[in-house]
Amino acid sequence: MLEIKNLFAKVEGREILKGIDLSVKAGEVHAIMGPNGSGKSTLSQVLAGREAYEVSGSVLFNGTDLLSMTPEDRASAGVFLAFQYPVEIPGVGNIYFLRTAFNAIRKRRGEEEMDAIDFLTLAKERMKLVEMDPSFMSRSVNEGFSGGEKKRNEVFQMAILEPTLAILDETDSGLDIDALKIVAKGVNALRRKDRAMLVITHYQRLLDYIVPDRVHVLANGKIVRSGGKELALELEKNGYAEFEQKAA
Amino acid sequence: MTHATPLFTEELSHLEHKLDSRYPEWLNKLRHTAFSSVLERGFPTYKDEDWRYTRTASILAIPFKPAQSGMDHLFSCDAIDKLAGRFRGTSPANDTRLVFVNGHFVPELSSQGQFKDGVRVESLGTVLSQNEKGQEKTLSHIFSESAHAFTALNAALTEDGAFIYIPPNTTMGEPITLVFLSDTGATPFVSNPRIVILAGANSRATVIEVHTGILDNLYFTNAVTDIFLEQGAQIEHYKVQNETRKSFHVALLNVRQGRGSKFSSHLTALGAAIGRQEVKVALTEEGAEATLNGLYLPDTGQYLDNPILVEHQAPRCTSRQLYKGVIDGEGRGGFYGRIIVQPNAMKTDAIQSNKNLLLSESAQVDTRPRLEILADDVKCAHGATVGQLDDEALFYLRSRGIPLENARGLLTYAFVSEMLNLVRVKPLQSYLTELVLSRFSGLVGERP
Repeated sequence: MLEIKNLFAKVEGREILKGIDLSVKAGEVHAIMGPNGSGKSTLSQVLAGREAYEVSGSVLFNGTDLLSMTPEDRASAGVFLAFQYPVEIPGVGNIYFLRTAFNAIRKRRGEEEMDAIDFLTLAKERMKLVEMDPSFMSRSVNEGFSGGEKKRNEVFQMAILEPTLAILDETDSGLDIDALKIVAKGVNALRRKDRAMLVITHYQRLLDYIVPDRVHVLANGKIVRSGGKELALELEKNGYAEFEQKAA
Repeated sequence: MTHATPLFTEELSHLEHKLDSRYPEWLNKLRHTAFSSVLERGFPTYKDEDWRYTRTASILAIPFKPAQSGMDHLFSCDAIDKLAGRFRGTSPANDTRLVFVNGHFVPELSSQGQFKDGVRVESLGTVLSQNEKGQEKTLSHIFSESAHAFTALNAALTEDGAFIYIPPNTTMGEPITLVFLSDTGATPFVSNPRIVILAGANSRATVIEVHTGILDNLYFTNAVTDIFLEQGAQIEHYKVQNETRKSFHVALLNVRQGRGSKFSSHLTALGAAIGRQEVKVALTEEGAEATLNGLYLPDTGQYLDNPILVEHQAPRCTSRQLYKGVIDGEGRGGFYGRIIVQPNAMKTDAIQSNKNLLLSESAQVDTRPRLEILADDVKCAHGATVGQLDDEALFYLRSRGIPLENARGLLTYAFVSEMLNLVRVKPLQSYLTELVLSRFSGLVGERP
């Protein structure tokens, strides 16, 4: 589903990704772990189409060239990024925002748009997945949400937009253990044979709840080691120091 | 000082003998004086601080003729609804709308509610020509005190306008709408609407002023609104400036507030090639409160200017200003906000805020907030910001599948929604929301 080859990314002249190779098949969950500043968030932003980066290399998503697409086209093609820091947009209602997104994607795919009432029904049903209070629907996008509420809102959006590739960027950061369990439960419910996930995290803790098929260690802009889920436990024990030295 | 280009003044010089004779003598005298002062003083130029960015020369270069009564098209009430919106309250019996075409009152397009005793909502022209007893005393000063040549021109030439009187202790439950429609056809006309609102002690009313035009007509609206609030009166004033993109709109909102009165104004400026909405508020007695809100949305070929002067003349008065601008294309916006706190105005509480969003590289805004504090023990704050759409937020919306154009529209809407939320007349709020949404491409329908 996702083929990343020799991916480089620069911002303001500084090289952050230095030749990433990664292959993810449908149905798989891959964890990308690494220390701060290793390029984890850059990788997720580059995949979602953030224009601030100067990018080279190739990324094929279901056979099409992802890097030449706009962020909105990638979303229509089925890419979803759960943000590490979801953006607050005062003045725009959460439900309006989400329905606009949902229908924009449908329209792009040549599907019929959904009216407000049907959409509300869908939204109410999917909210249960992350135990979100329906009052969040009428509030402005992420405005005044706590850290946990913002992350739940991200997973809720994913449940609505039903991507084929979900990238979760540090979805565990800023969550207490109860919130973490709820978010992980939501993510697990969305695991499917035809959907792949990239779970980006600093800590092994999240992977107790979202169990990956593969774990990759990203250090200094490169994947320095890949393995099964047991690699995460090893990292928990020994830390990243060894990899950071190796990469540098 | 006089830089008036020949064309408009030439046109003016033919006018003096035409000054209307239907009015009483005291008024004609004042109009003649005002007229002479226009020619003597000349029109303001960029050298005047208040007019630094308003290019009056391009207005004065056009030989505008005074608008005649009658119109280019025949309108129905429904057509007026479409052109200017319809802001009915909950009680149809009290529905009040005065419609003026090219500055002249059109009774057949207007509707009058059933008012409580003493309330008057009428054509100013009619009121003046009746020359009622005591009128000279109440109205002469508005024709004798002119802030500048445009105000004097209005005093000299005003054809008509609205006269609203709310007796003491009377509450007008429904908003009063005043529509000023310009339908000038091929001839460039100037109209000089004058609105006078006298709010008796502890009276309450809401007045909506809508200025609009037909197609791409070229005309000049030179409007003056005078509002006087007696002790404890409360007036909400809304103005929609949705003139044609070729027209010029120069307007003064002049407010005097008595003890403990509350005044709020809310401007939405979308139209005109040059649109200047000046606001002057004098807080003359203790405890008066003024809230001035404004939203201006200039695009290519438009300059929308907002000179504001709030004068705290008495202790314990409060003033709030919140003006937001969204400037698109090669448009240009202006905010020149002054607060003057006189020496005796102790315990003044004044806040002024101007926020601007530039949507393009060539968009421009001139913002000049100014405080002149001559008293001790006051609380005053002001601030101005100029920014662009947030990249982070744009990416967030696009990453959810919302196309760039719509994402920009949505964020722009988010910036202005604060102003729309301040509109307390619901049908007007919906109307303005649609006007504003349609301005930012890709967004229609319900409120985001």
